[in-house]
Amino acid sequence: MFKKILIFSSALLLIAIMWGCGKGKTSITLAGSTAFQPFAEKLADQYMMTNNNVVVTVQGGGSAVGIQSANSGAAQIGMADLVTLPKEAKNLTATVVAKDGVAIVVNPLNKVTDLSTDQVRDIFNGKITNWKEIGGIDAPITVVSREAGSGTRSSFEQIVTGINLKKDALIQDSNGTIRETVANDANSIGYVSHGLLNEKIKALKIDDQECTVENIVSGKYKLVRPIFLLVKGSLEGETKNFIDYILSDEGQKTIKAEGLLPAK
Amino acid sequence: MKLIGEKGVKRILMLTAFSAISALLLIALFILNEGLPFIFKYGVKDFLFSSDWNPHLGKYGIYPMIVASLWVTFGALVIGAPLGVAGAFFLTEYVPKSIMRIIKPTIELLAAIPSVVYGFIGVMVLAPLIRNNFGGPGLSLLAASIILGIMILPTVISISIDSIMAVPQSYREGSLALGATTWQTIHMVTVKASKSGIIASIILGMGRAIGETMAVIMVAGNSVNIPHSPLDSVRTLTANIALEMSYATGLHRQALFATGVILFIGIIILNSIASVALRKRVVKK
Repeated sequence: MFKKILIFSSALLLIAIMWGCGKGKTSITLAGSTAFQPFAEKLADQYMMTNNNVVVTVQGGGSAVGIQSANSGAAQIGMADLVTLPKEAKNLTATVVAKDGVAIVVNPLNKVTDLSTDQVRDIFNGKITNWKEIGGIDAPITVVSREAGSGTRSSFEQIVTGINLKKDALIQDSNGTIRETVANDANSIGYVSHGLLNEKIKALKIDDQECTVENIVSGKYKLVRPIFLLVKGSLEGETKNFIDYILSDEGQKTIKAEGLLPAK
Repeated sequence: MKLIGEKGVKRILMLTAFSAISALLLIALFILNEGLPFIFKYGVKDFLFSSDWNPHLGKYGIYPMIVASLWVTFGALVIGAPLGVAGAFFLTEYVPKSIMRIIKPTIELLAAIPSVVYGFIGVMVLAPLIRNNFGGPGLSLLAASIILGIMILPTVISISIDSIMAVPQSYREGSLALGATTWQTIHMVTVKASKSGIIASIILGMGRAIGETMAVIMVAGNSVNIPHSPLDSVRTLTANIALEMSYATGLHRQALFATGVILFIGIIILNSIASVALRKRVVKK
């Protein structure tokens, strides 16, 4: 009797699970860059409103995961925010859907307002260790960076070049926690995606160029990286439709409204 | 109504018991399988004793993280163990049983607070306090030690209380009858009789401190750096795995599994010591 109940209920559960999965909808999974993740979620929501037959799922994991899962087929679309794509991505069709500036940020209490690229390099390498060396108060600089493998970090290091991060730099594992750390520590310096700037932190001018939308679009501001969507093989079917939607005026408008920069 | 019978019950219970053991075995096998080949390929000595951790240059030395894990754990014990053991003695020897029955579960509630909450308090309250009073970045070895010291309190206190309560009442009565005060009874009789249980409680607390990840990532600053002072930022073994796992591929990923192997071995050793210490107590009785 007890056994029968057990078998019956597990069978029921199994049916329920299969029922839930097989409604005949096309499913697209995006995975990768945490910098683009919130934008992808927004775009997915909008896309699903007009396309009832498609389910778009967005996962994070980082740019490396984006490339890896597009290659392995775990996700139809991989998201990556790198200046140059690594060789693992050579079999993938890459589409630039947006651009993102990397802002060098300090605490709003900090008097320093602009740095040269060389100074940024020296700070992150540990050659400049006190704010007074670059026109600030007499206080040690706390460098905050991202963990190895982060797309924001590799973009930052590729653009600034010659970075060999000093050993005692603090490491935070997301754009958001870097922002919190810099907002809490008056002597710290870090870098975040332009889309995450807010009043709690101050973006520095780099080589006399402010980190603004205009300067990033015009190419005056140097620290800019493209955001790639990666697809295995050629673009087709629902995957192509979704990427086309992101590149459409409506999709690009959403990207812009949420703080990223349009691809074109 | 007899539904399944004695044998059926036994089988079902056996199955559930084995599910826990097989989960442990599977985890152990998986970690060893992913991590051990890397350790041997990279070289045990280079992996354990080189302080160069630079995954994108193919350098995987976890020495700074081993040192950091040991220091953070040591710091947590320096803060948590005396507080915990002293608290346990106070609760068992000075406080009436009825009150202790309320206080002990309250302390155990500390263990139910999610570690991310401890970490959050560390970042928002403790780190600024350290930064403003002692200097340094605030997110540091000291902050991690204090947070972990508090986190291991429930483990230390509740296991210590159990072992102190297990000391036969006749020991205390004998001591008091000889004219000893409560304090003299504690440090000359009760401490000695419950020593192995107290040591076990500290070792289990130590296991918790080594294994804690989330709170440590939030408050330790995570630089791969051999600390020179308690105000330096450090990265523990657990933090290293959690921080880099999401981005790691290929060799880097294997190196993180290998970090897990080292951690796993360390924790097994600690737990074995703890269970030996606990067994001694049972035998003595």
